[in-house]
Amino acid sequence: MIPAQFDGLMPIVILMGIAILLFVGGHFLSVVLSPKKPSHLKQTPYECGEQPVGSAWSAFNVRFYVVGLIFIIFDVESVLMFPVAAIFRELNDMGEGAYALIIFLSFISVLLEGIAYCWKKGDLDWVKSFQVSVKNNK
Amino acid sequence: MNQTLVSYLSQYEFFDVLLSLFGKNEGLLAFTIYLVFAGIIVGLCATIGGLGTYAERKISADIQQRIGPNRVGPYGILQFLADGVKMITKEDIMPFTADKFLFYLAPMLALIGVFSTLAVLPWSNGFIMADLNVGIFYLIAISSLVGVSVFLGGYASNSKWSMLGGLRGASQIISYEIPVTISILSITLLAGGMSFGTILGQQEGAPVHWFLFHNPFAFIAFFVYFVGALAETNRAPFDLPEAESELVSGYHTEYTGMRFGFFALAEYIEVFVVCGVGSALFLGGGNLPFSTTFDIIPLQLVQVVIFMTKTLLLYYVVIWVRWTFPRLRVDQLMSICWKYLTPIAIFNLVGNAVWVVVFHGKSIAELLSGGH
Repeated sequence: MIPAQFDGLMPIVILMGIAILLFVGGHFLSVVLSPKKPSHLKQTPYECGEQPVGSAWSAFNVRFYVVGLIFIIFDVESVLMFPVAAIFRELNDMGEGAYALIIFLSFISVLLEGIAYCWKKGDLDWVKSFQVSVKNNK
Repeated sequence: MNQTLVSYLSQYEFFDVLLSLFGKNEGLLAFTIYLVFAGIIVGLCATIGGLGTYAERKISADIQQRIGPNRVGPYGILQFLADGVKMITKEDIMPFTADKFLFYLAPMLALIGVFSTLAVLPWSNGFIMADLNVGIFYLIAISSLVGVSVFLGGYASNSKWSMLGGLRGASQIISYEIPVTISILSITLLAGGMSFGTILGQQEGAPVHWFLFHNPFAFIAFFVYFVGALAETNRAPFDLPEAESELVSGYHTEYTGMRFGFFALAEYIEVFVVCGVGSALFLGGGNLPFSTTFDIIPLQLVQVVIFMTKTLLLYYVVIWVRWTFPRLRVDQLMSICWKYLTPIAIFNLVGNAVWVVVFHGKSIAELLSGGH
């Protein structure tokens, strides 16, 4: 039989290697075959034909940050739920189903509480700031 | 223990012959088998990705009553090769303000992320390169690299269109990962394991044993998964990161030639992978429509054909959806994800958990055919 340390890991590493080789090989081909006539105008970032104004690396909407935060919370919670889900049937077959279900549901209820809180706070609305300003004007 | 392609093949007699050819060096033989198989899979997927671009143009032409590409090869089927050659011979332009290292890294990450998911994609019961015991979990984790590459590509270009596209792409991909993950979680719960072998083993036999028809919650979970998968692969109607009428071309505005080609290739293969995962999790994958313990290589090839048929049908639906629904706005996108799909997905998860406890994990078909 095949030694255990090769189980599973080897094909992943091989596929990653093929991806890198394909990238490098394609690049090499492109370097050999493609014309190279760089000019300043050609290498300016595209801004509809105008001279670019300032850098694109500037401040961006804080919404994206909030979405990222909410994502991390939900992602970590779903990661924590995966092992429970994987052995849930086993627990049920052992006769511990109701107990497992109560624990599982209480964990999910914490998750639901989180999404309800975000919803109430308006963090799930993309145009929240706009709506607030309209209210103030009234 | 993980079942792998090599451990599957080692039950056949020709494996011993091969082993003696390699001088009893098991590691070398395993490496060779994986390398050959990986080459076949990557070649197949690259062709499918290429044909995907062709199918996309041909189907869109059909839907809009045009002819579509018809010059290169019979019915224009070699169009993707011509496109590939054109991309290689295009001049490689990088904005002088760009972050050079990240600019190179982004398409490579996309390729690595997509290709590594192919390792656990179940072509049939036996032909899984590595049937990891955390299979579906690994797939979710490693395919997040594509999201990273979208954002990196947008950021590294230092162009305003790219930056907007990258930001939109990142927020969209991470948002829709939640409903997709929770839908997959309900299938994990029904199957009682994370490996594709376990999940497929539960769906053996007639279509009524598919997880799609296991219970009403699993049925809804499939559609949540499919909508989320559309958004995760930046397909219309969720193609905001590369909305051509708003953002020029989104995160790959500044990418030309081969690097753009790699982004496109990774994207089309990713669509194939999410369709494959959908067919394996919900539609029974490559399972034969009858139960059998008889196992020979030609039967495995039949399974591959069944798997491919289901996957390519889903692929067709993905393309079809693109030409049917208009693009969403950013706020609609976010509210669909967080206010509709995520609560529905959590509801499905709870429903599935309750179903497993109440009906002892039996499907509707098993209950109807007189279980308890």
